[in-house]
Amino acid sequence: MYAFDYAKPASLDEAARLLADDPEAKALAGGQTYIPTLKQRLAQPTRLVDLAGIPDLATIKEEGDGLAVGAMTTHKAVAASPVVQRAFPELAYLASLIGDPAVRAMGTIGGSVANNDPAADYPVVVLTLDATVRTTKGEHRGSDFFPGMFETALEPDELIREFHIPVPEAAAWEKFRNPASRYALVSVLLVRTKDGEIRCGVGGAGPTCFRATAIEDALRSSFAPEALDGVTIDAGDLNEDIHATAAYRAHLIPVLAKRCVRRMLRR
Amino acid sequence: MTHVSLKVNGREVSRDVEPRTLLVELLRRDLNLTGTHVGCDTSQCGCCVVHVDGVGTKSCTMLAVQADGKAITTIEGLAAVAEADGRAEDGLHPVQAAFRQHHGLQCGFCTPGMIMSAADLLSRNADPTEHEVREWLEGNLCRCTGYHNIVKAIMAAGATMRGAATPRAAE
Ligand SMILES: Cc1cc2nc3c(=O)[nH]c(=O)nc-3n(C[C@H](O)[C@H](O)[C@H](O)COP(=O)(O)OP(=O)(O)OC[C@H]3O[C@@H](n4cnc5c(N)ncnc54)[C@H](O)[C@@H]3O)c2cc1C
Ligand code: FES
Ligand code: FES
Repeated sequence: MYAFDYAKPASLDEAARLLADDPEAKALAGGQTYIPTLKQRLAQPTRLVDLAGIPDLATIKEEGDGLAVGAMTTHKAVAASPVVQRAFPELAYLASLIGDPAVRAMGTIGGSVANNDPAADYPVVVLTLDATVRTTKGEHRGSDFFPGMFETALEPDELIREFHIPVPEAAAWEKFRNPASRYALVSVLLVRTKDGEIRCGVGGAGPTCFRATAIEDALRSSFAPEALDGVTIDAGDLNEDIHATAAYRAHLIPVLAKRCVRRMLRR
Repeated sequence: MTHVSLKVNGREVSRDVEPRTLLVELLRRDLNLTGTHVGCDTSQCGCCVVHVDGVGTKSCTMLAVQADGKAITTIEGLAAVAEADGRAEDGLHPVQAAFRQHHGLQCGFCTPGMIMSAADLLSRNADPTEHEVREWLEGNLCRCTGYHNIVKAIMAAGATMRGAATPRAAE
């Protein structure tokens, strides 16, 4: 690791100010992505601005038609929250499958969404449900938040305060885990919104998460696993690496979507 | 340098550290607590798991400055926790005793992390299913044992901790 300075501000505005004053400074949340990055010398910040000393950033509340989840809420807290388990059990399930217990104890939803790893899980939720991302500079819509791999709509000195996540009428999450890393090779979040709209978000497969409109169209005419029989996804834009070819990832998307349909019909 | 004050195995520790110092470096290099191991560079193996305020945490993926004000328990301090609860056997935590009895280790490199993760699980749920134990160990890699006796040891330790009869030792 290269050397850096360390600050632990007591408010989010102060943290944002420290980042605005020094473009090479960087926020630190749970560190479960950024510390490994530092250890590999893939980043060289002048200063880490630790968000852990800021009160009230790790809260979960029901709010209108959804949930308000603070940026510093850990994966473990989301998985164990009675509020999430009651209002949106599939979100608690999604959180319970992230990494391993030690990663879930430290890693946060804010860090996961700000990082936008192509294989990360929370970005799929924010995109698919068009969650509101509330920041130190205003608000963003989840549908416009993820322009590309490891990129977000955030400015360098803009910090996420909390998310407003609309709760769907019904949802199913299927994650095809890489058996070694536990990250998604492909993941699918299928939802029926409170307005009856079918949406299908995909993670792990492309440079960033995306909506599989071909699957949404097929399920709109008939919400049954067979409706996806002829549906194919173009492998052209998908990721290819040592773990899976693009064609395999493309194949997995309707397979996982079918599993989601079956689970939603069974409930 | 940044000043940190924390409690390690019940002892108050104060040090000036470089902010880039990992918690595991503070433990191993400055405090000579070499029971906590480092098995990887990628936060995946779990050899370095310690308890931070009672929660299993990868000490290779936490800065010492993040641990300021917190209470750390390492493998060296685990038996004392059991002594304080009146649960120690032969001066060992029940999970340590079960690993010995059920041959839950071969080379022993992964063992400190395994035991700290298992103790974290059993402190919350002393009656896990085998499936729950295996899922819990997702972040603890063992290159020797095939996990079979590790899981057996953890199930047995759970039985001891909830006061049930201990299942027979592995063959
Ligand atoms: C072994 C392992 C397995 C994992 N498996 C999975 C998995 O299966 N699925 C998955 O989704 N993730 C997985 N992760 C990643 C994990 O979920 C991380 O916790 C998460 O990606 C980052 O959250 P963090 O709080 O640790 O952020 P950090 O590492 O502290 O920060 C990550 C980035 O986000 C920025 N940031 C943090 N908070 C904010 C904020 N409030 N506003 C603006 N920017 C911010 C930081 O500056 C940094 O650039 C895994 C990690 C490990 C080590
Ligand atoms: S040394 Fe910490 S996870 Fe491998
Ligand atoms: S006993 Fe050798 S790595 Fe687990």
